[in-house]
Amino acid sequence: MRSGWKLLAGAAVLCAAPPLVHAAAAQATIDMSQAPVLGPPPALHLPPVQTTTLSNGLKLYVVEMHEVPVVQFVLSVPGGGRRDDSTLGLASFTANMLDEGADTLDAFGISSQAEYLGATLGTGADWDDMVVSLKVPRRNLKPALDLMGDVALRPTFKATEVARQRDLRLAAILQQRDQPGTMASLAFNALVFPAGHPYHNSLGGDSASTAGLDSAMVRAFYRRVFVPRGATLVVTGDLTLAEARRAAEAEFGAWTGTAPAPVAAAPAVPTAPTAVYLVDKPGAAQSVISIGGPGVERSNPDYAAIQVMNTILGGSFSSRLNQNLRETKGYSYGAGSGFSYRPLPGPFSASAAVRTDVTDSSLIEFFKELRGLRDSAVTPVELQRAKSYLALGLAGDFETTSQMAGQIEQLVTFGLPLDYYNGYVPKIMAVTVADVQRVARTYLRPDRVRVVVVGDVAKIRPGIEALHLGPVSVRDLYGNEVTR
Amino acid sequence: MFTRRLFQAAALLAVTALPAPAQAPAIHVPYVMDTLPNGLTLIIHEDHSAPLVTVDTWYHVGSGDEKPGRTGFAHLFEHLMFMGSEHAQYPAFDRLLEAAGADNNGSTTEDRTNYYEAGPSNALPLMLWLDADRMGYLLPTMDAAKVDLQRDVVKNERRQSYDNQPYGLAGETIGHMLYPPDHPYYWPVIGSMADLSAASLDDVKAFFRKFYAPNNATIVVAGNVRADSVKALVRGYFGSIPRGPAITRSDPPAFSLPRDTMAVLEDRVQLPRLYYAWHSVKGTADDDPALSALAYILAGTKNARLTRPLVYTTQLATSVRAFQDGSRLDGMFEIVATARPGKSLPELQTVIDRELARIATDGPSRREVDQAYNSIESDFLGTLERVMRKADRLNAYYYEWGQPDFFAQDLARARAVTPADIQRVARRYLGGHRVVLSIVPQGKTELAATLGVQP
Repeated sequence: MRSGWKLLAGAAVLCAAPPLVHAAAAQATIDMSQAPVLGPPPALHLPPVQTTTLSNGLKLYVVEMHEVPVVQFVLSVPGGGRRDDSTLGLASFTANMLDEGADTLDAFGISSQAEYLGATLGTGADWDDMVVSLKVPRRNLKPALDLMGDVALRPTFKATEVARQRDLRLAAILQQRDQPGTMASLAFNALVFPAGHPYHNSLGGDSASTAGLDSAMVRAFYRRVFVPRGATLVVTGDLTLAEARRAAEAEFGAWTGTAPAPVAAAPAVPTAPTAVYLVDKPGAAQSVISIGGPGVERSNPDYAAIQVMNTILGGSFSSRLNQNLRETKGYSYGAGSGFSYRPLPGPFSASAAVRTDVTDSSLIEFFKELRGLRDSAVTPVELQRAKSYLALGLAGDFETTSQMAGQIEQLVTFGLPLDYYNGYVPKIMAVTVADVQRVARTYLRPDRVRVVVVGDVAKIRPGIEALHLGPVSVRDLYGNEVTR
Repeated sequence: MFTRRLFQAAALLAVTALPAPAQAPAIHVPYVMDTLPNGLTLIIHEDHSAPLVTVDTWYHVGSGDEKPGRTGFAHLFEHLMFMGSEHAQYPAFDRLLEAAGADNNGSTTEDRTNYYEAGPSNALPLMLWLDADRMGYLLPTMDAAKVDLQRDVVKNERRQSYDNQPYGLAGETIGHMLYPPDHPYYWPVIGSMADLSAASLDDVKAFFRKFYAPNNATIVVAGNVRADSVKALVRGYFGSIPRGPAITRSDPPAFSLPRDTMAVLEDRVQLPRLYYAWHSVKGTADDDPALSALAYILAGTKNARLTRPLVYTTQLATSVRAFQDGSRLDGMFEIVATARPGKSLPELQTVIDRELARIATDGPSRREVDQAYNSIESDFLGTLERVMRKADRLNAYYYEWGQPDFFAQDLARARAVTPADIQRVARRYLGGHRVVLSIVPQGKTELAATLGVQP
């Protein structure tokens, strides 16, 4: 079946595949007793990624998509949270400051000019990159791109604006205590990754690091990382390679700078026997559970098998965790699992928000499912469903200019070839029952996981202790021990 | 809107010049329509730009159609539509779609219930078969155990999305304060725990027979398909499902808020939050576009009338939002602002009330109005990029306006708004009585708002 999927390197646009509704359907009434037999899936013709390099070394990736007259530009420099060093949150704060004043415009001028042009201008940082993005009707590309250029290349970082955004961020950090899901995620990462590892902290930093931010620090960080060497500009939408190149050269061609030093190596992530960490949220209506540990890097050769295994475990509605905790037991609104793929191994976690009085029972089910995938082989039907879900669902990930730009960004960040998706479907479809069990045994380690539960500790502690999963301690939302 | 689950899963167009075109661009999403003898309405939109299809079904029933003592039922019922039907027994629905590479979900509002499947275009017959089976043959396999299970799931949904969320009870509280008790928007779509507990298998059967008939549904099929083939398929799968009784839905009671009302809730939150709500107009009312533009001008950007002074100049607030919620039957206008640490809600009120008075007196500038429009127009282009979003709009426009391709007209409505219109609606609606809700940290009622001074 799935041989119809291929990438045509020469196709210029996302083409129409022939519709596949058959003449047999024209009969008056259709027999309801059997599910219809489907025709072969339509071919996915992804348009080619065209590349070129500007005079200053900035790499340009262009995908032409001409259906709707919009254009997306995504500029990405290797200056993410892994470069925060001792000032946690510095990369993400610097990204946040880019559109708070640039060239002759203040924050209000940037915001109202962008909106007046019908443009969406965004800035942000992840662990590896700082990003400035623009989406705009094609007709307004020139003035909108000038605005993007100001924000990316001529930010002012005025002291008053830095102070204002710093105080807003301090308030947002305070509000993390309101959100049980956020609390679980903060504590989980702090407990899985050792201090000194970039993933130990939130990308947004903490209140101590944020309180110390000033204009000089932000400007110095920006100067260090915001250079064309090593940066990428992804352009998708309604313009040609030549148009994109001309526009990019005019806006970004004169940009210079010296490439920053490589990021420091991250410390090793040790694992330890399973332990349980409770974060107190008195009166909580539910307990938020997060179970897991260090996962894998994106370049891991087991990637396809891990994706299939996780789809079965908790990556789809029919997955075992969701079927069990939601559809069989009624403990939760939904349960799932996932591997966070980053250049360094990100976390693996399985999670759900469950009714307070079944917190312990839910933990039993989580561990049953984690062990189940290691101890017994999945059924061929389950395997086939998971593989098809991943392989056939691929087409939906490339529909819009934003989705397309995001996919290319990922390929570049992970150092994957631009024709990577040529080989994606065969890799997924080649995964076997034995592969799934092998990667479950390798990467799901129920005896060596962190179990974080955010909930009403007085109510849930006795039941959890009785499970003897491992030592139980009470922590704050940053994973620090709370003395009782 | 309340969705069933956590998992998430080229139009012909010509656009005239931005910014500030003389008139709205002519955006068309071409479609063909078919009405089956049993009353089912079918709308087909061909888009061959990607090998995808979306089937989007709207049943014209929502929480506004619920009976007293059964709030939350329309949404609970939505969950039951995934629990199997006579020929596609549980859990075939999700399993077959996943095996075809397709996603699906459902959602319920006060006014309608939506179900969609989206995936590779060869999966269309499967999507239609599953939808037809649950429209025609849901009850033979329905039982109390399924109702009990999804009742638990929905209660968990309520806990997760409302009870265990900061400020989670704001919407429910405002509905109770703004609307009279017999108004269909008085109670929340998610319903109360007690009413969810009371829902029975008999309720499920009666609700299905009354509302889940082909004559109360509209199906949009959009994507890489041919209209004639889709018509034949839909007639084949749905044609034999019997028409249901005619449904009469009564208009909501006309009302106006007799006086300003105020409430204070204590919650497990760090910062106090202020809510203002006014009774406004439904989505198809003449004043809806001006109210939407007003909301944008008040809080849509950093430079907006409320954002700039509250978040930037005085730094009294961490955030402020404003929106016109024009639903099918009625509407409200809302402003929501969160105080910075150490600030109280009356301090925010002073600034908000001053700015509301200012816009009611002087109106906005032409530039502010053009900016609001340009932003809306860009959102339209974004909708056109996704088959699934186009399908949903076609269904919404047909339901609200009786015309699926209402894109150009809808944009023209937004384009026609003048500064004088915005000044007028600010005066008329925001000058009327309002609901003032404060949600404050536990034990900090001294931070709460006062009734304030009318603009």
